Amino acid sequence: MSAPDLNGWEVVIGLEVHVQLQTVSKIFSGASTAYGADPNTQACAIDLGMPGVLPVLNADAVRMAIKLGLAIDAEIAPRCVFARKHYFYPDLPKGYQISQYELPIVGLGKLDIDLDNGETKTIGITRAHLEEDAGKSVHEGFAGSGIDLNRAGTPLIEIVSEPDIGSAAEAVAYLKKLHSLVRYLEICDGNLQEGSFRCDANVSIRRPGDGFGTRTETKNLNSFRFVEKAINQEIERQIDVLESGGTITQETRLYNGATGVARAMRGKEEANDYRYFPDPDLLPVMTTESDIAAVRSTMPELPDAKRARFVSEFGLSDYDAGVLTSSRELADYYEAVLAAGAEPKMAANWVAGSLAAALNAEGVDIAESKVSPGQLAGLIARIDDNTISGKIAKDVFEAMWAEEGDADAIIDAKGLKQITDPDALGKIIDEVIANNPGQLAQYRGGKDKLFGFFVGQAMKATQGKANPAEVNKLLKEKLAE
Amino acid sequence: MEFTTEQLRSVAQLARLELSESDVELYSRNLTDIMGMVEQLSAADTEGVTPMAHPLDMTQRLRPDAVTESNQRETFQALAPDTEDGHYGVPRVIE
Repeated sequence: MSAPDLNGWEVVIGLEVHVQLQTVSKIFSGASTAYGADPNTQACAIDLGMPGVLPVLNADAVRMAIKLGLAIDAEIAPRCVFARKHYFYPDLPKGYQISQYELPIVGLGKLDIDLDNGETKTIGITRAHLEEDAGKSVHEGFAGSGIDLNRAGTPLIEIVSEPDIGSAAEAVAYLKKLHSLVRYLEICDGNLQEGSFRCDANVSIRRPGDGFGTRTETKNLNSFRFVEKAINQEIERQIDVLESGGTITQETRLYNGATGVARAMRGKEEANDYRYFPDPDLLPVMTTESDIAAVRSTMPELPDAKRARFVSEFGLSDYDAGVLTSSRELADYYEAVLAAGAEPKMAANWVAGSLAAALNAEGVDIAESKVSPGQLAGLIARIDDNTISGKIAKDVFEAMWAEEGDADAIIDAKGLKQITDPDALGKIIDEVIANNPGQLAQYRGGKDKLFGFFVGQAMKATQGKANPAEVNKLLKEKLAE
Repeated sequence: MEFTTEQLRSVAQLARLELSESDVELYSRNLTDIMGMVEQLSAADTEGVTPMAHPLDMTQRLRPDAVTESNQRETFQALAPDTEDGHYGVPRVIE
């Protein structure tokens, strides 16, 4: 779905992103967070909200929140407080979710995103707070509903943006940037299907210069495509309502990815009177400068810094550097290719080109690449030293992808070594000229375009193995004779 | 400050408390009194005082991120009024 015709309206979007932290145990209990276990086998007394239990905070969840805070240039609260957020739903056994309200762990921050027109835009981040996830309700195949509390108590960090986002495309750019960031930081596995990274979108429209319009919140967006579709749909709906004289109701809307339709939730489902108060079971969390320094010392190079370094250190274009640093794994792969001796620009073309295409075609991750960085470097070395041409190299790459061995072995086995010897090539070119007297006469008669025909014939005669530069040079000499 | 019967009904609904009509007047009067008593606190000057989040002057202890709990589903589900296929059974919660 393309961007709607705004007809002079200005779009204001704020996003709330729930990032599941990749701790091995829950935020307040020692139960496992592993995905996909049998229902309720990882839900202990604390997760079930049994009377008399005491939540104890997971140190790594705190460290991961600080890590995120540092990555978005945010202030880390020296003192933060957990609060109870009350609502009734069967997948929340305690009747409240432990979250943070007035004093979140991460304060004002920011994230730079790249727009389609090549510009950079800074999106403000209001806050990020720690909280526990709820369980899951399943309805299919149950007389009533079934409740699985394995997910209850899984640590989340909720990242709330300022209303700085002006279109669905910007929302997607922001989410992709944040998604890449949390994976760089190794605080989230980023798995959208499993719900490790979820987004709610607050959308409103207004006439430029006016105050904010009434906003709606669309929940349940767990893919980048859904985010774009759901936001554009909501913008169109609001324009329709307002232009036909109606008013927007502040409401929560639930997006259904399968049908592509959002519906307003019923009043009861969205009774947003959460009656927050500080959780008496948890004491304030103090974060000292030395705690922050300890986390800072574990920070990896972040995507923007890596991208700038790829440009300055390897002479890549900003675009290529952006592609190669879009995920930490891809950037690591690229640097491993360089470490194995490959020339940076050629390596960039291969990693962002043939390799990315092959991964895409099979829908697999870089971690599952059938060509190792060392193998790719081996291939690039053979192009670099003129053993094979770039064109033949593509065939060798395909063979490597089919796991037929290293570049050298494939080049030997298939006899793909480039012919550069002027004597050998000269003989072949002589034959090509002798076999095409008609074209020769036309060429000499002034039909310069036929030069390409002779190059093609020479390449064909050598099954593409002739060194193109050498062929050009020899042909020029011989055709002029 | 008056705690209206309307507010009373809304708070009861949020807390899922059943309210009999005959009690509405009484409860709202009681709560108005309680609110009035609490209201006296507003007279205290709290300028520059950090809001207290907990009566104990201590900070939260953290636990290392390690799995220490094993599967006790059978024990827990023996207490539940309804279970089905490893799930806790509840009345249907969607339409």
